[in-house]
Amino acid sequence: MSASPQAVVIGSSAGALEALSRILSVLPATFILPVIAVVHLPPDKRSILAELLQARCAVRVREAEDKEPITPGTIYFAPPDYHLLVEMDRSLSLSSDEPVLFSRPSIDVLFESAADAYGCGLLGVVLTGANHDGARGLNAIVEGGGSAIVQDPDSAFAPAMPQAAIEACPNARVLSVDAIASYLQEIGRS
Amino acid sequence: MKETAPQKIEDIEIRLLLEALYLKYHYDFRNYAMASVKRRLRQAREQLGFDTFSAMQERLLHEPAMLPRILGYLTVQVSEMFRDPSYFRALREKVVPHLRTYPSLRVWIAGCSGGEELYSFSILFREEGLEERTLFYATDINPDALHAAEAGVFAVDRLQLFTENHRKSGGKSSLSDYYQAAYGRASFDKGLRRNVVFSDHSLVTDAVFAEMQLISCRNVLIYFDRNLQDRALGLFKDSLARRGFLGLGAKESLRFSEHAGAFVDFVREEKIYQRRAP
Repeated sequence: MSASPQAVVIGSSAGALEALSRILSVLPATFILPVIAVVHLPPDKRSILAELLQARCAVRVREAEDKEPITPGTIYFAPPDYHLLVEMDRSLSLSSDEPVLFSRPSIDVLFESAADAYGCGLLGVVLTGANHDGARGLNAIVEGGGSAIVQDPDSAFAPAMPQAAIEACPNARVLSVDAIASYLQEIGRS
Repeated sequence: MKETAPQKIEDIEIRLLLEALYLKYHYDFRNYAMASVKRRLRQAREQLGFDTFSAMQERLLHEPAMLPRILGYLTVQVSEMFRDPSYFRALREKVVPHLRTYPSLRVWIAGCSGGEELYSFSILFREEGLEERTLFYATDINPDALHAAEAGVFAVDRLQLFTENHRKSGGKSSLSDYYQAAYGRASFDKGLRRNVVFSDHSLVTDAVFAEMQLISCRNVLIYFDRNLQDRALGLFKDSLARRGFLGLGAKESLRFSEHAGAFVDFVREEKIYQRRAP
């Protein structure tokens, strides 16, 4: 695999909450990497995702704010109805550009911008979902020298998204949710 | 900020392209948040069929007809009428009662794009009986967007959402009272733009032009870097009358701005601020 990651980006859609809580809830408070995540949500919902997951996680969880510097050991979620992007100076920015593949936030938009900012220091993770978002972005991460992990489609609530990601990145590691959780623990050790 | 050397060729090319756009045509995107600019320029490059940004820059410099095409990618904004209905409800319930006390009103829709926000305001002001005493300024940097806003024509398949938003915003009439639909397009009532000045204005390079009682500028500042956000907010501060109102996007705030002290939260959860009396 590539150089040890400096940041992790995660994309998920249908079935996201269960998969994400299983992964994020096992990360210890000492976890040192930033995690930046996009989950597809209905646009008019005030997001309670961050609050919900914070209750189950030892790591700090927050909804990303525009122009916020990325801090280690923090899990960021895109707010509903905005794209979330990573700037070259490793701060976060939001955009209300048109939805991509009917999604805003879009996993591809986050992944492509993070690939630019982190290059080989980025790990991209695609989890359960019923569409194809994330495949193109994961490919951009691999092209930029970063590494890719995809949830095993057979174990996913909705297999379409991991399947599309594997097709776009045949060399991605395919792991169960629990194996992804253990791997993140491993790389996020101080 | 640390510069992470060495720079990728693409990043160098993008900087040069933005410099060319500024030097030749005075459109200044150099202090925009770059991740979005880069994404939009990549779309432009792919769809306009250029192999590199350098090739695109060459054509842009030598062929003025390229300008509107590239500008279209850099500035295109898809909004909705009555986007975030709770924002318009707060304006209606909390801000309008103050506005009623003025004999005449100036309202600035900054970054009006295709006009969705403008028509939302002008319908709301008509419903609240303020239309006759109000002059709206609708500004944008993209002339094509201004033309679209002036035309007031929207695809009918968007009207269901607009109607729903309008209803949730506390609309006192039916949205269908304001447009006529034919051939898949809905044309909004010309009367709604009788008191509107459409104008080319840049929050990056232009100055204050009138004193306002209300400024609405939503989902524009997120495209700027922190310094540029501050410039725009300074412009709003200097444009607002004493106790005038400023409405920002749901995810924008004055919190980190050097101008925060000039405003008080008026409806905090809707990002509506009021200018302090100086």
